Amino acid sequence: MDLSYTPEERAFQQEVRAWLRRNLPRRARGERSAFESGDPRRIARAKQWQRRLYEAGYLALGWPREYGGQGADVVRQTIVDEELARARAPQIIGMMGIRMVGPTLIAHGTEAQRRRYLPRILTAEEIWCQGYSEPGSGSDLASLRTRAELVGDHFVVNGQKIWTSNAHYADWMFCLVRTDPEAPRHRGISYLLIDMKTPGITVRPLVQMTGDAGFNEVFFEDVRVPRENLVGGLNNGWQVANATLFHERNMLGATTRTQQSFAALRRLARAHRRNGRPASADPLVRQRLADLAIRVETMKLEAYRQLTDARRGRLPGISASVNKLVSCELNYDLARAAVELLGSYGWLARSDRRVRDHGLWPLDFMLSLGLIIGGGTAQIQKNIIAERGLGLPREPRLEGGR
Amino acid sequence: MIDFGLSEEQTALQAAARELLTTECPPALVRETAKSADGVPRGLYRRMAEQGWFGLLVPEREGGVGLGILDLALLLEEVGRAAVPGPFLSTQLVVAALVRAGSAAQRRAWLPRLAAGEVFGALAYLEESDRHDPAGVEATARRTRGGWRLTGTKLFALEAPGAHVLLVAARTRAGVSLFLVERTAPGLRVRPQDTVDLTRRLGEVVLDNVEVGREALLGPEGGGSALLARLLDLACVGVAADSLGGAGRVLEMAVGYAQVREQFGRKIGSFQAIKHLLAEMVAEVEPARSLVWYAAYTLDRRPREAPRLAAMAKASLGDIYSRTARRAVEVHGGIGFTWEHDLHLWFKRAHLSEALFGDPRFHRERLATIDGY
Repeated sequence: MDLSYTPEERAFQQEVRAWLRRNLPRRARGERSAFESGDPRRIARAKQWQRRLYEAGYLALGWPREYGGQGADVVRQTIVDEELARARAPQIIGMMGIRMVGPTLIAHGTEAQRRRYLPRILTAEEIWCQGYSEPGSGSDLASLRTRAELVGDHFVVNGQKIWTSNAHYADWMFCLVRTDPEAPRHRGISYLLIDMKTPGITVRPLVQMTGDAGFNEVFFEDVRVPRENLVGGLNNGWQVANATLFHERNMLGATTRTQQSFAALRRLARAHRRNGRPASADPLVRQRLADLAIRVETMKLEAYRQLTDARRGRLPGISASVNKLVSCELNYDLARAAVELLGSYGWLARSDRRVRDHGLWPLDFMLSLGLIIGGGTAQIQKNIIAERGLGLPREPRLEGGR
Repeated sequence: MIDFGLSEEQTALQAAARELLTTECPPALVRETAKSADGVPRGLYRRMAEQGWFGLLVPEREGGVGLGILDLALLLEEVGRAAVPGPFLSTQLVVAALVRAGSAAQRRAWLPRLAAGEVFGALAYLEESDRHDPAGVEATARRTRGGWRLTGTKLFALEAPGAHVLLVAARTRAGVSLFLVERTAPGLRVRPQDTVDLTRRLGEVVLDNVEVGREALLGPEGGGSALLARLLDLACVGVAADSLGGAGRVLEMAVGYAQVREQFGRKIGSFQAIKHLLAEMVAEVEPARSLVWYAAYTLDRRPREAPRLAAMAKASLGDIYSRTARRAVEVHGGIGFTWEHDLHLWFKRAHLSEALFGDPRFHRERLATIDGY
């Protein structure tokens, strides 16, 4: 066990830190998602920011050099993630492209697809959204019904997607569609890249619990998609999509953000008075803060362990599911502790002049509940842990469920 | 280079420990030991001593193996998995105290025999007040011509009934001090306290004007609080490691049972009610391993961080082990509530572990103070 960086890694860390000090605009620090703000100027700024990160060599570090990455090892990726979080840099606007489509194209795309899409993912010239969930297909994603029929050299797409984050700003969608309704359900799905400007696509924003328009319904009516936009072969989409899910998310960036939230909660507990004394003097508040501190620390250490496992070539197994479950619950409990500690102040809206911490806590609290559901609900993660991790028998399927 | 993992030697050490305990410490032995007077499984302890476990922390030039706390934590995880009874951990606390603060004479007198597993040790610091801070020490040590005279009553001394040497916290004029007292010293009585946990022994230690020599004082007079605090941090990490192993074991038992037990015409492990319980157990136990490793590592390498991490590990694993054991009993249903099934050995060990050396509430408050809330 050794928890220090090599001299080269430390130098790299200093270099990233210094670069961020020089290049990250002050007003962008701690900025929330530009998409959620709905402000076109902020979106433009966020794209510019991503481009600068890319040009500096701090974006998609794990991608091979020939596709615009750095071919860097996990430690360097981690260092950049940590430094970005430490500098409170805004979220990278093209994350869906960098984390999801990019790795999928590198693994399963044709050379032409890689050349066409990867550069513009990196420069944020093209923003991507994910077309997976449908009104009747949430956790049971493989039941999806959006149909794509091959007519000549085009697919004709009809159907509807829902909960599509940022579709109203996206240029492209990577989409799961049913290409063979007769086949067993996992074997009739294909992975298509769809230009959001294609005629026949209607995007209708859905307002979230927070009041922001973060996700959408997307309707397809005879949308023509060129055959060359198919990734990984006809009816092979389920395998392609699942492979992307296994591109395990590096947890350390997320961990650093959670650590910062916790630091903010501690500051709040000392500053906010309850019953005539700082909230942090209340034994129950102290118990709760200590419990959160332990969970934040455990999450950080677990991230280091997984990083080491990854470098030693060990397969991640179910750790992505455990991470998702643990970190989402932690973020929720953390925000909830803050809201509770604030008492009557906790539920003042952002617009009220007496609101504390810019109304961030109730917002964080609600968003963290959204993240417990999004990206595979907590219950689905538990099924994955139990079935893939512990080898428990699968839930028996009902007759006709295929 | 960031390397948060075990070395090959450490992996091998742990694997060997698991192998040994799987064959040498079946639940039947744990039950049998519960019926013995002092709670020491002698045959098993001889095998453990042959492997060098008792001298793990003792430097090689003093006849030990010269390894660190992380290595010890790996052994203790296996000890917890097998619910090994007896004074292994308690002896390690006395060994650590000697390695840390013992004079040359004290080390010569005790370390070789402790390292060989010929004699066992125990720490006696708690009293009737059940306070884990130095203020709880009311027993006294008065200077005599030849040394010290100890008076007081110690309670809840882990494995005192099987120990040959007790490390006793007592107050002198200079403050809390630690004394090595032989079990056979006149005026010293150990009464085993009856406990619900069958795998461990607690003892009441009555010191009725016990005369000891000057050489009994371990470390400086009045310096006992600091040394005791460090020993308690080690004890916390030790119990946390034991708890990690125990939690892993009951989780395995629950998974195993869910895979064979059938109700409503199917394996109960196919029901989401059971799956989700088990998944929640995994999601707590797996990440906890990183916390235990790091807490042990800080005791070896980052002493300034150690109190904080020891408090975290003890609080966290105390909760996790008890909760995992409770869920495991639920997965088993009626059979899990019987004396016949082995699960209760771990269930009870879990709950005593939670209380030993300060419960989760105590350590969370300690952490809050360390972190300056």
